[in-house]
Amino acid sequence: MSPTLLAAADGNPLPDLHIGDAVADAVDWITDNLEGLLDGISAALTFLVDLISSILLGPPPLVMAVIFAVLALLVRSWTFALFTLVGTLLIISMDMWEPAMETLSLVLVATLIALIIAVPVGILAAQNDTVSAVVRPVLDFMQTMPAFVYLVPVVIFFGIGVAPGVCATIIFALPPGVRLTELGIRQVDRETVEAGEAFGGTSRQILSGIQLPLGLPTIMAGVNQVIMLSLSMAVVAGLVGAGGLGQEVVTSISRIDVALGFEAGLSVVILAIYLDRLTGAIGQPTGRALLTKLTSRKKAAESAVGAGV
Amino acid sequence: MSAIQANGLTKIFGRRPQRGVRMLEEGADRAKLRKEGLTAAVIDATFDVAPGEIFVVMGLSGSGKSTLIRTVNGLLEPTAGSISVDGQDVTHLSKAGLREVRRTKVSMVFQHFALLPHRTVGENAAYPLQLRGVNKAEREQRAEEALGMVGLAGWGGSLPSELSGGMRQRVGLARALASGTDVLLMDEAFSALDPLIRKEMQDQLLELQSELGKTILFITHDLNEAMRLGDRIAMMRDGRIVQVGTAEQILNEPATDYVAQFVADVDRSRVLTAAAVMERPVAVVGAETGPKAAHKLLREHQVPALLVTGRNRRLEGFVWEEDVAAAVKTGADRLPLSGEPVIRVTPETPLIELFGDAASSRAPLAVVDEQGRLQGVIPRVTLLSALSVPDSVDAVPSDGRDGDGTGERPADGQSAPDTAGAL
Repeated sequence: MSPTLLAAADGNPLPDLHIGDAVADAVDWITDNLEGLLDGISAALTFLVDLISSILLGPPPLVMAVIFAVLALLVRSWTFALFTLVGTLLIISMDMWEPAMETLSLVLVATLIALIIAVPVGILAAQNDTVSAVVRPVLDFMQTMPAFVYLVPVVIFFGIGVAPGVCATIIFALPPGVRLTELGIRQVDRETVEAGEAFGGTSRQILSGIQLPLGLPTIMAGVNQVIMLSLSMAVVAGLVGAGGLGQEVVTSISRIDVALGFEAGLSVVILAIYLDRLTGAIGQPTGRALLTKLTSRKKAAESAVGAGV
Repeated sequence: MSAIQANGLTKIFGRRPQRGVRMLEEGADRAKLRKEGLTAAVIDATFDVAPGEIFVVMGLSGSGKSTLIRTVNGLLEPTAGSISVDGQDVTHLSKAGLREVRRTKVSMVFQHFALLPHRTVGENAAYPLQLRGVNKAEREQRAEEALGMVGLAGWGGSLPSELSGGMRQRVGLARALASGTDVLLMDEAFSALDPLIRKEMQDQLLELQSELGKTILFITHDLNEAMRLGDRIAMMRDGRIVQVGTAEQILNEPATDYVAQFVADVDRSRVLTAAAVMERPVAVVGAETGPKAAHKLLREHQVPALLVTGRNRRLEGFVWEEDVAAAVKTGADRLPLSGEPVIRVTPETPLIELFGDAASSRAPLAVVDEQGRLQGVIPRVTLLSALSVPDSVDAVPSDGRDGDGTGERPADGQSAPDTAGAL
């Protein structure tokens, strides 16, 4: 190392740009000037999460366990349905049902909003290279910036509670939704898209008739990733008072309660596996699933009738 | 009016392609453009496709044929020149105008079928109609008709993944037919199929074509396929069309060494037809002619037999030299027609089918049209020499058809081996 750089070691050789201060100022400005908007968002998010969790917690837990199992049977297989039943019963027996459903509702709301943003952005990025070039670094930023860093401004915006939890979860979970939507559309066979163009399809017809259906497995992989990331973030969001299983985990840490921590953690794992297998199955129909069997039979019958005419 | 007409069509890929057009005008070649980061895919292509014609564009990969076909329906916009379909210039159409052309005038069949895997065969065939907003009942009916035409009646309910490659391409063909356009673009449509299936599809296409009379622009890298299907063939090399002509013209009068080299390996006996090699019937006498005149003719032409024609050049039979000589001696006044039947072939018969006949008779084969009128003769020697490569085909008379090939005989003769590296 040269002597000049050594000399500069005690004082920074480059001017401090105060980027952090600028961001802090921006956060202050937003809190001061957009209070109404922030309150509105906060209320809406809280309302949505409360609504869904009240639906999930409405019926007796055992009834919900059966409903979850039936859903698993329809979408995937009876083994998965059996796992679901055992898993949910375990959650109930550990007395983790209520926080688990609170977490699930938070995950569902965050996922829904993340997808509403991610899929259209992904479509735009797939169709336009400039959009893609702009979006990519933003996604990198969102994904790699440590989650705790943006928990702070989110808390400043929304206070403690469900809203900052949902908001941080959306930011954290959104990127794979955009990325995999873009990838799914871009990797659709060039010739098939060309066929749509060659027969005079509008870009909207090609998007809805060719690109989205053919890109669906990849897009669903993105949806799956969004859900999984939501779930992991929803637990971290317990730190800002989002409730649910995250709350239990935070409590167990503060009390050094290993038993509580393990039970909450196990519930998260069961929930994660359930959501992962469920959404994974929607992306790639296995043929074993009752739902795909039913629909394909219906389709075959319809076309047989059509051919007979 | 031409179904498809291209005029000075040029397509250059790269940044600011227009400068490539200027460079080409100044005499730069493809390699020079490449150094500038430009790819000249198609250079100054001019051709006409008549309605109801199968026009084959033949070239190796990288010769620009796939780019060429994509300018016809506007999937690619030409850098210079123009192309019109059914009299309408498609070069500078708006997006909506282009969609209209694609919906009503031009449909396309793709190399890898480009079917929608999540839709049934019937839905795939009906896809162009669905894009056009045709109601469900009508499009299902038309799709079913089109599937019937390609021999897939009753398969409408299957998924493409349940079909073999050949069947999938039939669906691709049915989709283009269901669309109901007069012009069909076929981009290496059979290249991805097994040889046997490919031949089957070629036969089927020819059969369909004879019924429907579509205008077909067919792209291929397979010369045998080009010769089988094409009414006329455009040979492409390095983005340029080097020759346009019938299969026979290309075989017998290759415009450049490249074409000559290319066609050297073709099985000429399957491509050339009787009409292409037949000679003008000179050793022919009218049925009214006397034996003396016939004998004179025989000696003039030094042939062993004369064909005998009646009214309207209808072929009646032939006479042997020995018999004529005998008739002259006995002073008979009628020609002693031979009892053997004359072997008659139609002008469209491929040479391969003539050898057996030629071997069974000393007399030349008579080429007759549908009315039985004599069109030409094929002596054995002619049949043999027709199989040799163009080097020595100077003796072969030009074919009987009127093609408008642009081919010119190379002035410096053939030096095919020199261009071996080009392949």
